[in-house]
Amino acid sequence: MNKKHKLAGLQKRKAIAGYMFISPFIIGFLVFMVKPFFQSLYMSFCEVQLGSSLFKPVWQGLVNYKFAFTVDPEYNRLLVEEISRMMIYSLAIMVFSFFVALILNQNFKGRALVRAVFFLPVILSSGVILGLESNNQLMATLAQQVELSAENVSITDALENILMTAGVGTRAFETVFEIIDNIYDVAIASGIQIIIYLSGLQTIPKSMYEAAQIEGCTKWESLWKITFPMISSLFLVNWIYTVIDFCMRSDNGVIEKIQEVMIDQMNYGLASAMSWIYFVIVLAFVGITSGLISKGVYYYE
Amino acid sequence: MSKKNKAKTFENFRERNKKSGGYLLKKRIMEYGVSIARFILLFGMCFMILQPILNKISVSFMTESDLYNPIVISIPEHFTTENYRLAAELMNYKKGIVNSFVISLTIAILQIGVCTLVGYGFARFEFPLKKLWFACVILVILIPPQTISSSLHLHFKFFDILGLFKLLKGDTINLRGSVIPYYLLSAGCMGLKNGLYIYMIRQFFRNIPSDMEEAAYVDGCGTLKTFFLIMLPEAKPIITSCFLFSFVWQWTDGFYSRMFLGNTTLVSLSLSRIVDSLGAYIQRLTGVKTTISIAYSNCILATGTLMIILPLIILYLFAQRQFVESISSTGIKM
Repeated sequence: MNKKHKLAGLQKRKAIAGYMFISPFIIGFLVFMVKPFFQSLYMSFCEVQLGSSLFKPVWQGLVNYKFAFTVDPEYNRLLVEEISRMMIYSLAIMVFSFFVALILNQNFKGRALVRAVFFLPVILSSGVILGLESNNQLMATLAQQVELSAENVSITDALENILMTAGVGTRAFETVFEIIDNIYDVAIASGIQIIIYLSGLQTIPKSMYEAAQIEGCTKWESLWKITFPMISSLFLVNWIYTVIDFCMRSDNGVIEKIQEVMIDQMNYGLASAMSWIYFVIVLAFVGITSGLISKGVYYYE
Repeated sequence: MSKKNKAKTFENFRERNKKSGGYLLKKRIMEYGVSIARFILLFGMCFMILQPILNKISVSFMTESDLYNPIVISIPEHFTTENYRLAAELMNYKKGIVNSFVISLTIAILQIGVCTLVGYGFARFEFPLKKLWFACVILVILIPPQTISSSLHLHFKFFDILGLFKLLKGDTINLRGSVIPYYLLSAGCMGLKNGLYIYMIRQFFRNIPSDMEEAAYVDGCGTLKTFFLIMLPEAKPIITSCFLFSFVWQWTDGFYSRMFLGNTTLVSLSLSRIVDSLGAYIQRLTGVKTTISIAYSNCILATGTLMIILPLIILYLFAQRQFVESISSTGIKM
């Protein structure tokens, strides 16, 4: 009896200590996340009236949602554009970073330098800098001028033309070409993913490859039979990270639209409705895709 | 001597090749081929990543006439540092960089300190509802801050703790435009990408064997003392790298800064406005509203960007190892 009581006491002490450690998170979560979360959900159904010191949401049902979908001229288009761009680019980023991680995992001279360069985008493509790079109209016009003046000089263009005239120019090919044209965007967004893949590749024991090689397995086969299953859990991590990262980028069209509605037009209700639509769509997308991916994940332990 | 040696090894190689039936030569050629292809590929990709920076550097030293000169491509004919002076003036660089530095540093220290505590709590203690709270951490990672931003905006505009201020002063406080809200957010782990830091730190703590900790407990060391004296030194690499991330992302962040630190001169904010300020500056000089040429404003923008990422690049050069190596050592897994 006495012993049992003492054990419960120790467990209790540990539990209390644990709660003490995570208390900042709990307080922060309750104060800064839960309340604004539900408030913003509520506001999306309201018209928010703002005065000098008053803030009064007036219930009006689904008006904001209807407005976002049917009246606002840009929102639908931006939503569709951004979501489809997200799918394509996330896939491209996954493939690219996996490929680069495979190369960087090999032994060669100057590997440290190359790794440093590939990780540089994590710094260079964060926050406002990214928005400046791709959102800059001036840059775009300049690039167009360069393209016009150097017509058909680039290899990709020539290749594109050849393939188009050969009759393979379907929609899928156009997408592939678009990605190749924007390979810089892909490379610059895949710094963290490369590191995560690398960390996974380094945990695969060398003996596995050796055994496979002795059994007569080629490198290509061991890539699919060993490397792929062994780091498949990282595909899930990377996929979620990539999609979320893409959705929160400051140069995202939908985000910009929401910011504009909120800060410039002071229409809090509409802004909340728009961000909720976006959030639900993204969450559903992440949920469905990661559910599909996690079915194929292989756990070694 | 060495030539003779070389010849000998060559002879040796030919003999060995003959014995292996041509396999050795084939393999050697394969190896060289792969490494050459790899070099070309990596060189191309590295160049692709570095090229915009190199381009910006060369543009930033050009005068306006160089920008329009079709012969000048990357090396300026009239070398000038005038662009840097102008960009610094437009961005209020001296004040901005001090402000940015102070804010990024304090915010990063606060965020990482709190996140380390929370991460340790999640990794090492068993308590009721642990799974639920951890699901909340994942939720924080997944929710885009933009979803709740409008409401947070209002939350701080009419800030009140349980109606306390209204009772005392008769009105709520407007915290918008001051720095306090962001520090409060950071102290509550709700800052920029804080969920990610918690996740990474927890993962790292989970991989440390618990023997040392248990030994400390047995010897009568308290929970806090164990944490500070034993676990913290072990977790140095991950804390350093999270700190660096936090610092860098805070430095360039536009979203939170625009929302909470709007009145403070920060380099990231002034960079996003630099083209507009250039227009205003020229208008002030000439008195006429003119449109600035594309090339020139682009050049100023490039210069400004360079000036902002310069401190980060210096930091990166020193701490490159921490950035790259420590993440691979955490072994992030689901």
